[in-house]
Amino acid sequence: MTSAQIVIQLIASLTAIACAIPGVFLVLRKMALISDAISHAILPGIVVGFFITHDMSSPVLIILAALTGILTVFLVEFIQKTGLVKEDTAIGLIFPALFSIGVILIAKNANDVHLDIDAVLLGELAFAPFDRVVYNGIDFGPKALWVIGSILSAILILLVAFFKEIKLSTFDVGLASALGFSPAILHYGLMTVASVTTVGAFDAVGAILVVALTIAPAATAYLLTKDLKKMLFLAVGFGIFSSISGYWLAHNLDASIAGSIATILGVLFLLVYLFAPKSGMISVAYKQQRQKIEVLLLTFLLHLRNHKEKEERHINHLNEHINWKKSQSKKVLDLALKNNMIEVNANVVALTDKGKVFTENAINYITAGSEEAIEEMKKEFFLFRG
Amino acid sequence: MEKEVAVAIDDLTVAYNYKPVLWDIDLAIPKGVLMAIVGPNGAGKSTLIKSILGIIKPIAGSVTVFGKPYTKQRKKVAYVPQKGSVDWDFPTTALDVVLMGTYGSLGWIKRPGKTQKKAALEALEKVGMLPFKNRQISQLSGGQQQRIFLARALVQNAEIYFMDEPFQGVDATTEKAIINILKALRKAGKTVVVVHHDLQTVPEYFDWVTFLNVKKIATGPVKDIFNNENLIKTYGINYQVSIQE
Repeated sequence: MTSAQIVIQLIASLTAIACAIPGVFLVLRKMALISDAISHAILPGIVVGFFITHDMSSPVLIILAALTGILTVFLVEFIQKTGLVKEDTAIGLIFPALFSIGVILIAKNANDVHLDIDAVLLGELAFAPFDRVVYNGIDFGPKALWVIGSILSAILILLVAFFKEIKLSTFDVGLASALGFSPAILHYGLMTVASVTTVGAFDAVGAILVVALTIAPAATAYLLTKDLKKMLFLAVGFGIFSSISGYWLAHNLDASIAGSIATILGVLFLLVYLFAPKSGMISVAYKQQRQKIEVLLLTFLLHLRNHKEKEERHINHLNEHINWKKSQSKKVLDLALKNNMIEVNANVVALTDKGKVFTENAINYITAGSEEAIEEMKKEFFLFRG
Repeated sequence: MEKEVAVAIDDLTVAYNYKPVLWDIDLAIPKGVLMAIVGPNGAGKSTLIKSILGIIKPIAGSVTVFGKPYTKQRKKVAYVPQKGSVDWDFPTTALDVVLMGTYGSLGWIKRPGKTQKKAALEALEKVGMLPFKNRQISQLSGGQQQRIFLARALVQNAEIYFMDEPFQGVDATTEKAIINILKALRKAGKTVVVVHHDLQTVPEYFDWVTFLNVKKIATGPVKDIFNNENLIKTYGINYQVSIQE
């Protein structure tokens, strides 16, 4: 690996971490779309900042663009509060307007400044190592590394300091407010972080792929864990993994680095979506199948419980009484036998003691909602897991 | 002798988009009562609690808690929001939610430590949820989630408790457990204010009641004012409940 390659991967990874952390909270607050809005709407801020500074990584430009991001959030909420349109409509109204102002500004001034729409939308990571900070003739390394490094440090400090506050206000706005942790301050704080990160990440991955780095790792992590800290670590891990493998994918395909990173993020999400152990599509389908059979099992046990007469419980008649397909009956019978819930004597089926207790508990749960008795049953049966 | 006033509300008016939801409310909640706030849907019951707690800004009027503005008295007040107001798929555990009750006394930046954890475990024990402390909150039943919310309020160790429909969607056992805890709080001299829907249980559960329907209809001891006249004033002529004397 050349040092330029290492620098690119480092910038991509740091960018991914800086995006993934606010991303987790945006996903949990169901505000993923706002990051899309911010990433587009900051364009006029960037353009104006660039006209003033002629430097894509100048702090003035970052501050101006971040202010535009916060203005976007403010405008979206302002329009929404009129009650005339819903949040998604408000977002759809605001960000194209701001974005198009940026596009016009670029088009009107493209002749004398070095800023084109492609670079703004897609970024160009490959050149990042060669844009360096040089002061008094001393080379301090790539500029993008300094920019994203500083932003990431700030994010980490804020996360550690205000983890409790941002968690509370994300979970329960009402309590946060009642306890004196102003949800408005925390909300705009998070939006500021999201805006600053977007501007910082912009140089590397561009306006559109910032959204992928912000939302995809968090959404993927959310499928795998129900623990906020783990979710943060997983999201960061997915971000780093996608950045590095995306870089090598681009290297081998001779394609856009940012595009490859976003592709990896998408594939990663798809894999987790399909194969996640608890909430994955396959596992959910399995669970539903199991629940279906368990409902049948319960129906069967109820039938046995309600009918004392032997002919109702004779193995040859069960099928026609309950009116199931043969294959279905067999599955249910096997499940009941496996759990020692029924016994078969001279072709007459009867509930065992275990079967009786199970049936009673299940009925109590379903009719009276009493939950104490079913705790044990949850382990083996999907039916009681809600 | 007049009882000490826990919460004093004067001329409180709250409006959403210029439409008043609460109109000129004057209300004194005496210390040590277990009070129900009753009224039809849209009567402003939750809004009343939220404006006492400063979550909603009123357009007029004032609220004092033990004689001072709420912002000076946060540590004396615990709040249980409606269960439906939060996302129970949020990635956290029962214990962690209860720990949130300690955040107010901790203030900004400080993290909960051993003392807070011990208090949270005790609160979980009180509501019978200790065995579920590490359970994912999405894996809890509605009644269990409500108990967690109650535990979170208990851990605040407050003087006044505001609860927004704590009996909503809970089974009979949980309802009993919750009301027993509320009665124990009153016995310990705490003031408990509950937004309540089930008129049948008002005389059994509460000693104080406020009828609310945008305006305050009546407030006072259940035995004196919980009668047909006030129910009709609050719910209109067609209210569907009969009171057992």
